[in-house]
Amino acid sequence: MSIFSSTTWEAFTRPLGKDNPVTTQILGICSALAVTVQLKPAIVMAISVTAVCACSNIVISLLRKYIPTSIRIIVQLVVVASLVIIVDQILKAFAYDVSKQLSVYVGLIITNCILMGRLEAFAMSNSPLDSFMDGLGNGFGYGKILIIVAFLRELFGSGNLFGLQVIPQSFYEVGYMNNGMMIQPPMALIIVGCIIWFIRARHEEMQEK
Amino acid sequence: MKALRNIVDKIKPNFEEGGKFAKLHSTFDAFESFLFVPNTVTGARGAQVRDAIDMKRTMITVVIALLPAMLFGMWNVGFQQALSTGIERTLMGNFWYGFLKVLPIIVVSYVVGLSIEFGVAQARGHEVNEGFLVSGLLIPLIMPVGVPLWIVALATAFSVVFVKEVFGGTGMNIWNPALVARAFGFFAYPTEISGDKVWIAGLKKGLAMDGFSGATPLAECAASVDGGQSVQSLSQLIDSLPSFCDMLIGRIPGSIGETSLIAILIGAVILLATGIASWKIMVSVFAGGALMGLFFNVLGINTYMQLPFYYHFVMGGFAFGAVFMATDPVSAAQTETGKWIYGLLIGIFAVLLRVVNPAYPEGMMLSILLMNTFASLIDYCVVDANIRRRARRVQVKA
Repeated sequence: MSIFSSTTWEAFTRPLGKDNPVTTQILGICSALAVTVQLKPAIVMAISVTAVCACSNIVISLLRKYIPTSIRIIVQLVVVASLVIIVDQILKAFAYDVSKQLSVYVGLIITNCILMGRLEAFAMSNSPLDSFMDGLGNGFGYGKILIIVAFLRELFGSGNLFGLQVIPQSFYEVGYMNNGMMIQPPMALIIVGCIIWFIRARHEEMQEK
Repeated sequence: MKALRNIVDKIKPNFEEGGKFAKLHSTFDAFESFLFVPNTVTGARGAQVRDAIDMKRTMITVVIALLPAMLFGMWNVGFQQALSTGIERTLMGNFWYGFLKVLPIIVVSYVVGLSIEFGVAQARGHEVNEGFLVSGLLIPLIMPVGVPLWIVALATAFSVVFVKEVFGGTGMNIWNPALVARAFGFFAYPTEISGDKVWIAGLKKGLAMDGFSGATPLAECAASVDGGQSVQSLSQLIDSLPSFCDMLIGRIPGSIGETSLIAILIGAVILLATGIASWKIMVSVFAGGALMGLFFNVLGINTYMQLPFYYHFVMGGFAFGAVFMATDPVSAAQTETGKWIYGLLIGIFAVLLRVVNPAYPEGMMLSILLMNTFASLIDYCVVDANIRRRARRVQVKA
């Protein structure tokens, strides 16, 4: 911790806690609903978004003094798009199954609001190191929610974790059943809603009167 | 009565502010107003409406209106079971069998729903409302008799928490809580709440005679068409359905309370005579269903479309939905013109879903939930149109 200044450290920790991109800023919901049926794709998605977010933050932060304001969105998009293509190619090469499961959602990282949001709000006005930590923090914050949601959905929706059955067969014999609603996106939205509910109930200052 | 009043008065101070159980104030309050007419009066200032009807009376009237459907449903459960196994039973025997099958579902739905309701009211310091008295009875009546009790409990808990309490309790919900409970069960555990095996008690365990099909009339209709092409002619389909008279009386497999059009119409008369439910919604739902049914009759591409439109009223939950679900004053449209539009669209979508979408043999639940979602939008448009019309009138004069 001591190797970073307090602002750098804060850039990393804020999005993990109170400033979480999913639960507080309500960004990246679309992919959080789509890829969380199982844990494995959710984790891969979390890693991909973290990598793209951190790298694009560095690149934009390095370029921030040379980007004309009028075309900054296009420049940001180009950077993000090239990084997403790299991630997509890596996934296809080394994790083909998961890449097929994630299908279009890897490409759609480009449109993930978290990325553009961080580039605009943070990387355009901060140093590369701070931006890197901010990207990392936001990626982890996003990933944290994804993993919680995917854990609950895979456990109750198909009785598995990482594709292995964890709910004992004897449960099913007694009459336990997998909840088909968990497999469907609406339940993911409800779970995200419950997480937000929980967080707001704990932090008084986040409640709107 | 006097003795009870004395007991209540005696323990009352304990629940007032500063008393031993002050925290349980809303629970006590609920039981007191359940037993007696509340003696609290609104303050002398402001506009006052004096009316004999309050929420307690409204809710009890709906419960009374539901009784014919419930009692008939209990008898029908026994009757269908006797039919499927070939047992001979008397009228009372059938009713008693059904009573024992249905009662646990009703008890579970009330216990789970009311405990959440009391818990939340307690935690928030609100009063406990009578709202769940109706939902708690509606939920069992729209479940198949074979449904496992834990699914009833889970579905009730889900709907009370996510449809009522999250939005602020009784009177604040967007959707009908009972229907959401059913929808939850339908999507989460489809094998337990739809199909051919759940409508008759004991059928899942194989306790029926050989070759007995437990399919509902709606399932028979859906089976007459495959991929948009007829596999049966209209006369074959009508032969395979129970007679129209049986469907009218309700001697068919189906959810517990939904089968009998006659019992439901008795309930409708009670609701309309007391002015609890809107006749506009009821009439327009049937009108919408008839309209869509006639349209399909004219189109007549496959057998299901050729089925006379009035068959839709006696099959499945159309009538039950129109009388008890669509008219829920909280989730329905509030404006008078809006009620016509809302009801018509429910009828239209219900028949459309039934005939066109083979994945959902029954479209009533989803079409009411869909129109619940749009009810406030309909109201907004109606109010807005009214404002614009009146504004134009002013301009013309000026």
